[in-house]
Amino acid sequence: MSRALVRIPAPLRGFTGGAGEVQVEARTAREALEELERLHQGATTRVLDERGELRAFVNLFVDQQSVKVLGGLDAELREGAVLSIIPAVAGGAAEGP
Amino acid sequence: MKGAGSLLASIGRTPLLELALPGDVGRGARLFAKLEGLNPGGSIKDRPVARMLTRALAAGRLRGGRRVLDSSSGNAGIAYAMLGAALGVPVTLVVPANASRERLDRIAAHGAELVLTDPLEGYDFALREAQRLARAEPRRYWHCDQYGNEDNWRAHFEGTGGEILAQLAERAGCLPDAFVAGVGTGGTLTGVARRLRAANPALRVVAVIPEPFPGIEGLKPLGAPEDVVPAILDQGLIDERVPMTLERAAEAARLLARAGLFVGPSSGAYVRAALDLAARGGARTIVTVLNDTGERYVSTGLWSGADLRATLAP
Repeated sequence: MSRALVRIPAPLRGFTGGAGEVQVEARTAREALEELERLHQGATTRVLDERGELRAFVNLFVDQQSVKVLGGLDAELREGAVLSIIPAVAGGAAEGP
Repeated sequence: MKGAGSLLASIGRTPLLELALPGDVGRGARLFAKLEGLNPGGSIKDRPVARMLTRALAAGRLRGGRRVLDSSSGNAGIAYAMLGAALGVPVTLVVPANASRERLDRIAAHGAELVLTDPLEGYDFALREAQRLARAEPRRYWHCDQYGNEDNWRAHFEGTGGEILAQLAERAGCLPDAFVAGVGTGGTLTGVARRLRAANPALRVVAVIPEPFPGIEGLKPLGAPEDVVPAILDQGLIDERVPMTLERAAEAARLLARAGLFVGPSSGAYVRAALDLAARGGARTIVTVLNDTGERYVSTGLWSGADLRATLAP
């Protein structure tokens, strides 16, 4: 298990009591999102689709890299990793936070 | 610059297309759409930005090398950068850092200064940052403020709305009885709806409201108390608000591409909502706008993974 920080986009902070960051313990990016959902119910309903994968036009960055280039949600996290959930609507899928 | 006049003159007077309705959707209904991606900046935003900038110049607001400042999620930013370059006016734009590569590159190509904001904070943060900069350095910046500038909606009242009435009279010999649009700054909806309703008081105005996350490029959800509501938006014009997901908007944009129209997701959202309105029998002559070109969404992945089995039928 690694400690990781999940950065929450402004439109989803209603689910986290206004918090812009949530501390989780997880081995992978997927576990980090599962932990986020466990701590703040509903926080990932607009992030993940019904198969538990990232919705279209939603990017998840681990530190500065998209999970798409890290092998998907099962990418392993280092201690102290920072995850950022960023919409691709205003946006480029290839850009980091 | 010598060419500025002819560039300004090339804005507007876009074609009004009649879109084919799929199958038996809205029997007897007709759907028309303005092809705004043909403006020189590639979007409908050329219209209000041209009017706001030329009025500001005429009023002497940019004397002494003052920079035009505004926030944008991209299309208005391109219009400011393009017209600022043509008019010799320095431009500073506050843009969320997750704006598409195509947008950021084009803004930079025209020589505008970019201030990028944290994409996690969303578009309203960029808007507030522009307000902060304007307050902090009033001699350096003139805040054009597309959210509060009356010349924004007036450009659509006189231009877009007037063109729709004239083109529809010529093409279909009738007045529109429904207008479908979203709210970005509120300029298009307010200006066009006021003009069309003046011609047909029974006009039905349908506002497309995106889900808050991930949202739809250029459209505001207007749902949460903390959302910035544009000062120029006349909410009293709106008869109906229809929710829209990005997936439905993107799917409609992809299907429009298969029909030969290469437009962005907000245009897809409007067409999707217009088709739903037709299917409900809500109107016979529906008008909307196709805001921009699909080419500035390549890097977002919009065009990859299109499900060609989907249909535009509701």
